[in-house]
Amino acid sequence: MAAQLTPDEKQEALFQRWLSPKDGQGNDLKFQSPEAAKLYKERITRIKDAIQMKKQPDRVPVLLAPSFFPVFHSGMTPRDVLYDYDKLQAAFKKFTLEFDADAHIGATAPGSGKVYDILDYKLYSWPGHGVAPEHSYQCNEGEYMKADEYDALIQDPSGYFSNVYLPRVFGALAPLQMLPFLPGILEIYGVGFNFIPFGIPPVQAAYKALMQAGEEALKWAGALGAVSGELASRGYPEFWAGFSKAPFDVIGDTLRGTKGIMLDIYRQPKKLLDALEAFVPLMIKLGLGAAQINGRPIVFMPLHKGADGFLSDEQYEKFYWPTLRKVMLGLIEEGCIPNPAAEGGYNSRLSVIKDLPKGKTLWMFDTTDMAKAKAAMGDTACIMGNVPSTLLNLGTPKEVKEYSKKLIDVAGKGGGFILSNGAFFDQAKPDNIKAVVQAAKEHGAYK
Amino acid sequence: MSNKLVTAIADMREEEALRLVRKMVAEGTAPVGIMDAAREAMGIVGDRYEKGTYFLPELIMAGEMLGQITQIIKPELAKMPEVKRQGKVLIGTVKGDIHDIGKSIVSFMLDVNGFDVRDLGVDVAPQKFVEAIRDFRPQVIGLSGFLTLAFDAMKDTIEAIKAAGLRDGVKIMIGGGQISEQIKDYAGADAYGRDAMAGVSLAKKWLGK
Repeated sequence: MAAQLTPDEKQEALFQRWLSPKDGQGNDLKFQSPEAAKLYKERITRIKDAIQMKKQPDRVPVLLAPSFFPVFHSGMTPRDVLYDYDKLQAAFKKFTLEFDADAHIGATAPGSGKVYDILDYKLYSWPGHGVAPEHSYQCNEGEYMKADEYDALIQDPSGYFSNVYLPRVFGALAPLQMLPFLPGILEIYGVGFNFIPFGIPPVQAAYKALMQAGEEALKWAGALGAVSGELASRGYPEFWAGFSKAPFDVIGDTLRGTKGIMLDIYRQPKKLLDALEAFVPLMIKLGLGAAQINGRPIVFMPLHKGADGFLSDEQYEKFYWPTLRKVMLGLIEEGCIPNPAAEGGYNSRLSVIKDLPKGKTLWMFDTTDMAKAKAAMGDTACIMGNVPSTLLNLGTPKEVKEYSKKLIDVAGKGGGFILSNGAFFDQAKPDNIKAVVQAAKEHGAYK
Repeated sequence: MSNKLVTAIADMREEEALRLVRKMVAEGTAPVGIMDAAREAMGIVGDRYEKGTYFLPELIMAGEMLGQITQIIKPELAKMPEVKRQGKVLIGTVKGDIHDIGKSIVSFMLDVNGFDVRDLGVDVAPQKFVEAIRDFRPQVIGLSGFLTLAFDAMKDTIEAIKAAGLRDGVKIMIGGGQISEQIKDYAGADAYGRDAMAGVSLAKKWLGK
């Protein structure tokens, strides 16, 4: 048996895999030129140095994290790329090559409209299905998990998802409510009875939908893999391995909804806390699984309901932070680099979230004051983000460059900083996006 | 007992508040007295939110308690006199955007501050705002939006209001996720409010309160 690796060794192993990309067949990826191979390694090293904070990178790395901007920039609508994977590939490839940041975030964001159609997805409205073809998808908030279902969730999260939650959020999977209780298939006596549901026509129809959705998802994933492979061969690494979430957001975003979870804080705090704990190992597994499959360390974690103004300090420290911290520490233990993205403001949380090991996390901030963030987190974690959507949309390239340079001076001092936008953006002036990248290249060198 | 009710609601003791209301109804307390107490409590909740001791959970709990209290005394409510309101505010999340939370907080805060608020909900088309202005006659309009697509939707809405000849009679404030002072100029609004309190101050300022 191989000796147990330390967290640092596990992280290094993931970086090494990231640095040695494979093609679709599992062979070493052929770079399109020696220059591309060199750039690929330089870019990852630059990002690695910024995150680990052991030494300054050669310059401030720059990342662009768009939502549908690449699509609009290619003259397409969001609906186009949800249904036509060639267009999806073209738009995201063009974006990465044209704007030339240090990494790209892949073409995963839009997802496959065909999969949503097959499954009759209720949780979101997507372009051409509930929202206009030229708009981004949006979440339909609701109480998809009822107030009295905490025990069911806590006792058997997977069973709750397969028999209760998924049948609610996917119309085509509604019959899966009739699935048997799998731990009942214990011995010969349990076999016959427990397979009855699989013979019922609606359940069989749900399985057919699952198979169709799976086939479609494979086509979509093939398109994503091709984009990522080609961009890697041209020297651009893909930034994130996958994603995970804060347990509070898992419950507050798409299970109980904002209203539900806020009421539970008062009406059933103990059950809420138990459920949050129950999600800790699941969220570690989610992020780690993606890191291991994709061979990259950085795990994206969009943070929502712990922002300034949502919860009091006391509520944040009781309900939000402890389990988020546990998920992050669990990921770090396995060599991953959690990359929480604090949407909105996080000024009131800075003194709390710095309670993490140094150089193991990467914090993306949206509207948080970056001088304060640097002052609070500078000894702990690499920070990134904050170039505002409004500025990218309505400002001039000169203003964007000035803003970015100031960020580099303030937040980039001494290393531990990646220049990037603060929130995922749909609309922006292309010259403003270029100005962000230029600022890093012209002004970001460490001497 | 109504003092106890005010404190129970304001301190988020839901069960006690509802028990008190049922008891007051059973003992023949006039619904107007119960509603006055509830309103006083909402004012305290609003104050605490402004001061930064209360946050989203408390606003949502307060709204829930108020809803339940209204249900309990509903049969008696029709007999209540109208409360005098200090001005009308029309509010909604602009077309294409279905985000509700921020807008609902602003509605709540305007309401507890004594404004007559009509909330059009989310994904509200410019023409719907125009029709509601004609019908409701607000002095102030609040446009909410979370996404960057709201920049153009706000602009379109204000242009539609202008085209209908209604722009001069109203003050327009905007707010939400990615909205800023810059968007105010872009969309042609009168002011940008960073949060719910800013929205209340703007409405008060414009109505000279």
